Amino acid sequence: MKTETFSYLPPLSSEQIEKQIQHFLNNGCVVGIEFSSGPRPTLAFWDWWKLPLFNMRTVVEIMAEIEACKQHHADSYIRLTSYDNVRQSQVMSFVVHRPAG
Amino acid sequence: MTDSNADPANDNGKALFDAGVKEYSAAGRYYYDIGYKPTETQVLTAFRITPQEGVSFEEAAAAVAAESSFSTWTTVWSDYLVDAARYSARTYEMKPIPGHNDQMMAYIAYPLDLFEEGSMPNLMSSIVGNVFGFKPLRAIRLEDIYFPPALLTTFQGPPHGIQVERDKLDKYGRPLLGATMKPKLGLSAKNYGRLVYEALRGGLDFTKDDENITSQPFMRWRDRFEFVMNAVKQAEAESGERKGHYLNVTAGDVEEMYRRAELAKELGSRIIMIDYLVAGFSAFASLSKWCRANGMLLHAHRAMHSVMDRQQNHGVHWRVLAKWCRIVGADHLHNGTVVGKLEGDRTSTIGINEMMRAADVAKVEKCPGHHFDQPWLSMPAMFPVASGGIHVWNMPELVSIFGDDVILQFGGGTVGHPWGSAAGATANRVALEAVVQARNEGRDLLAEGTDILKSAARHSGELRAAMETWKGITFEYESVDALEKPAA
Repeated sequence: MKTETFSYLPPLSSEQIEKQIQHFLNNGCVVGIEFSSGPRPTLAFWDWWKLPLFNMRTVVEIMAEIEACKQHHADSYIRLTSYDNVRQSQVMSFVVHRPAG
Repeated sequence: MTDSNADPANDNGKALFDAGVKEYSAAGRYYYDIGYKPTETQVLTAFRITPQEGVSFEEAAAAVAAESSFSTWTTVWSDYLVDAARYSARTYEMKPIPGHNDQMMAYIAYPLDLFEEGSMPNLMSSIVGNVFGFKPLRAIRLEDIYFPPALLTTFQGPPHGIQVERDKLDKYGRPLLGATMKPKLGLSAKNYGRLVYEALRGGLDFTKDDENITSQPFMRWRDRFEFVMNAVKQAEAESGERKGHYLNVTAGDVEEMYRRAELAKELGSRIIMIDYLVAGFSAFASLSKWCRANGMLLHAHRAMHSVMDRQQNHGVHWRVLAKWCRIVGADHLHNGTVVGKLEGDRTSTIGINEMMRAADVAKVEKCPGHHFDQPWLSMPAMFPVASGGIHVWNMPELVSIFGDDVILQFGGGTVGHPWGSAAGATANRVALEAVVQARNEGRDLLAEGTDILKSAARHSGELRAAMETWKGITFEYESVDALEKPAA
């Protein structure tokens, strides 16, 4: 199953995920984490891990949140999202963790 | 026989008003009024005018203002029942055009009162109507038009716009990918549906009807719609991603167009398509409103535009036709590719993209070729569609030029893949994602494009085969209508 942006590439390494996060932080966007045990085309809303991480402006903090989400939801798909409040829209969504098997 | 000259009812033969033909630019008339300051509610235009020999630029410009607004060739008594100052268009500025001594740019302001609210046909009948055949002019071209907020807000604009479309499709952070199904004509509905299915399951977001596919004997519209929507649903279920196919609902009459749109909706299509110039602006506006009311995205194809916009000295510039499209309302509009095989100068195309996508004001500095800043207020933005003669090797340049808010359509570049269209679609998708990833990492797409593609191809046989197939294919012809260097 495909999961939109970057799902046609080999899974991103931690270092590659960090670079993407840095890009959105550099652009003044907010980053968030979502998870779902059963993603499908009709599912608009995945579960939020906490809220979008409004107060986190460093890659280290956000990578730690991804790790924490994985600890709790290893059997779910986990995606990184980004929001731009000036354009009033979501500007990114890509999967950073897939369930094993 | 009665001698009318002696008739006291005719004032004994004296003229009862100032009858006869006057120069349009004559003092006391308003049509040539250099230095006039347009008001904030007026429609502004930039016309490239080429007068006939012996006609002055002043008179030619004044004639355009007169004939596209208030006046006819001779004075008429009923002129005196109207306030000419209120209804006359005015030439308020003239600029030379470097390298073209026979032409000048005439800037003309039109009072808001001349136009019906929300009617593009009415505005076109005035501004690009009879005046384009006017004899004192050898040629005339509308280069740009400014819609004041007072008029702009009487139009609907795009049914949904870029942000809403992304949310509806759940696609973020990258350009969307599409392909036109080929061959253009002759496929049966089931074979056509197969083509759609293959391209979508391979990784495209959209497939598209060709502009001249409607309901020909070899494939009637209802059969096409049913097989295509079957393909879309199947590809969605298998890939886990949302997909769409632009079902062309352009028809011989508006009632039939609505019938086709209704079936598209009933079958669960996310998007329909219209050839907006050949259908005409009334039909286009009606369908746009139907799309807003029915939650349907609208894709506009620009077939016939070159008839109006290709010659540099006559017609209507593409940037004007594109602006009218946003104002009346489509969610997607074809623009040039810059790198592909079709006509279109790079700078001009970029300027039009920015105009189509600008969230607030489309400023001249960001929209090369434009003459006016265009405020969009809250009118939604359109996705430009880059289509025609492009393939995987163009991906770094395309993403570098267009950014994320664009639909890249690889028709031949998908269906022409040596392993078939699913592999062609995958090749394009892999190339796109690799390029977006690299751009976000801060890499220089133009300098490092080849490396980025080669590195992505190590993980994708589909991309490797595509790169081999289209190695070194470029289409570089000189543009018929390139932007001129600005006056020093």
